[in-house]
Amino acid sequence: MLYRTITKNNFRKMVEGLMENNEVIGPKWRDRDKEGNKIYRFLKLNTFDELQMDYTRSYSSPKNFFIPFKEDLATYDLNDADWEQQIEYTVHPRVIIGMRACDINALRKLDEVMVKSVYPNPYYFARRRNTIIIGLDHEPLEDCFCHSMDANVALSGFDLFLTDIGEKYFVAIKSDTGYMMVNRYGGQEVTEEDQTNFKKVKREIESKFKTQVEVHIVPELMDLEFESEVWKKWGDKCLSCGSCAMVCPTCYCYGVEEEVDLTFTKATKRRRLYSCNLLDFAAVAGDHNFRPEPHIRLKYRYYHQFKGFVEAFNQSLCVGCNRCGVACLAGIHPKAVLDDLIRTETQ
Amino acid sequence: MTLKIPHHDINLEPFMSRPPDFNRKFERIQTERSLKSQVLATIPLTDQEKLFHIRICDRAERENFSFLPGQFVMLELPGCGEVAISISGSSSNRQFLELCIRKVGRVTGMLHRLEAGAFVGIRGPFGTHFPMQEMADANVLLIAGGLGIVPLRSTIYWANEHRRDYKDITILYGARDPSQILFDYQAEEWRRIYGLRMLTIVEHPDENWEGPVGMITDLFENVPIDPDNTFAVVCGPPVMFKFVCSHLSELGLPRQRMFVSLERRMHCGMGKCCRCNVGSTFTCLDGPVFDYWTVMNLKEAI
Repeated sequence: MLYRTITKNNFRKMVEGLMENNEVIGPKWRDRDKEGNKIYRFLKLNTFDELQMDYTRSYSSPKNFFIPFKEDLATYDLNDADWEQQIEYTVHPRVIIGMRACDINALRKLDEVMVKSVYPNPYYFARRRNTIIIGLDHEPLEDCFCHSMDANVALSGFDLFLTDIGEKYFVAIKSDTGYMMVNRYGGQEVTEEDQTNFKKVKREIESKFKTQVEVHIVPELMDLEFESEVWKKWGDKCLSCGSCAMVCPTCYCYGVEEEVDLTFTKATKRRRLYSCNLLDFAAVAGDHNFRPEPHIRLKYRYYHQFKGFVEAFNQSLCVGCNRCGVACLAGIHPKAVLDDLIRTETQ
Repeated sequence: MTLKIPHHDINLEPFMSRPPDFNRKFERIQTERSLKSQVLATIPLTDQEKLFHIRICDRAERENFSFLPGQFVMLELPGCGEVAISISGSSSNRQFLELCIRKVGRVTGMLHRLEAGAFVGIRGPFGTHFPMQEMADANVLLIAGGLGIVPLRSTIYWANEHRRDYKDITILYGARDPSQILFDYQAEEWRRIYGLRMLTIVEHPDENWEGPVGMITDLFENVPIDPDNTFAVVCGPPVMFKFVCSHLSELGLPRQRMFVSLERRMHCGMGKCCRCNVGSTFTCLDGPVFDYWTVMNLKEAI
């Protein structure tokens, strides 16, 4: 990997330059919560000043720019009994600024399923190919457990990755487009002083992780504790609302529905982001539901994240951002659930 | 100073111009492209099941389409929805597909209202197949309960077309009552022409029924099984798997030589929507055909 530095002033010019011809997306301040903390969200930026480089956490993850909540898979022209199908994969170039290491690692996990696995998904691929990602380091929050999930450092999956070292950004460059951008806007060679500052910042970040989860035995525990009371304890709280999957940076389950418009000449095949916690996730025709109770569905959400995905791709699906814990209306925190599971083992 | 990022238009990439070949799983294809197909005939079998003959319209797409017994397709009625249906005809029939569909939900209900000439969409084939090559030179035991005969029918066709590859082939078929027996008109052909042994049992006989009465496991008394040289293929409702497979294990048949076909609702068929998740995998990718050892290791599979 190549490294450069760019002054904050030049970075501003770079972003403004990008804005002229491309869609630029970044963390924007949208609201305040009950405690008065700012709520951020990844949205299209109109000016550089909307970009909050000091944002803490975005409530929902930038995954939705790759897997939208709602997406048309195909449209149909209906003509009596006959029909014609149309499929479009057009995505215009865009830039996402300020993605965290965990969110970038989340995308890499999605790449495993959507691009590298069987039946590569062209909808996802078109978005991934046409999106420039500029990552941003940050000091971990109280509840981040990405360190335990091995997702706190991003080594690929981005174009540029910034670390704030005071007056400048220390930039890791992963793509030719990124290299071109940095050079065009006054990127400089890394000096010895920059390197010292970078190390200092990195060490500081490393020392501030407070939340740890013992995850290495979790895949086995998923089977061993399958009938555990822990699932009932947490599952009975679950409202089956699916908020966790909506804000999760890696959840990708979906449902497909088709509808005909009012003139009966057009039909649409639409995909909606779904959640395995929703009541009818595993319902089949003939009034049978494989997962009728909330605690069973909650268990399978964890089972996929910490066991199924591990078996398939040798890594867990969870990146430890705790967005689901923040979003959960019933206060189900992944750390608490996992800790409970591990504790039943040691008692 | 402005920066224009180059646009990658994947509509221009080569996979867009070829007809999709779902057998090439790792190649980029138009995953949602449905092959337009025409319903040639709809044949009522019972009050709930109909057999559909469906022909892929485009010649190149039709010739490209090939499957192995046990695989399924996603059958789409544009504007209504898409369902996973196992293929019930012969894999050597390259002219049309045979799909046996039970009227059980919204989409299948609509499909039952179709008449010959209607256009539907087909994606696939998807999923794993029965181990037709591995079963060579062995006895084959095909066990079907109810609708389970549907995916087994393509196995029966295959067995006939490669009859000399296999030793004794026995079909055990259990149905709720005589009116629910599917493909009864073919049973005679399977026995006399294909040279298969076939036993049918019903749970609730009517006055004309002369065959055996009871559960499918009752048929085992009349069937000698050589555990060292037999493969079993079991299709039917999940409760049946447990009884049949544990019985076969007791006889000494290794679990890796018993194959079952699972059913789940699917929205994509390609391991993306996660709806057919069983245990740590997906029915559409590693299934629907699993060996029984694998099934035992999958949570909630049966």
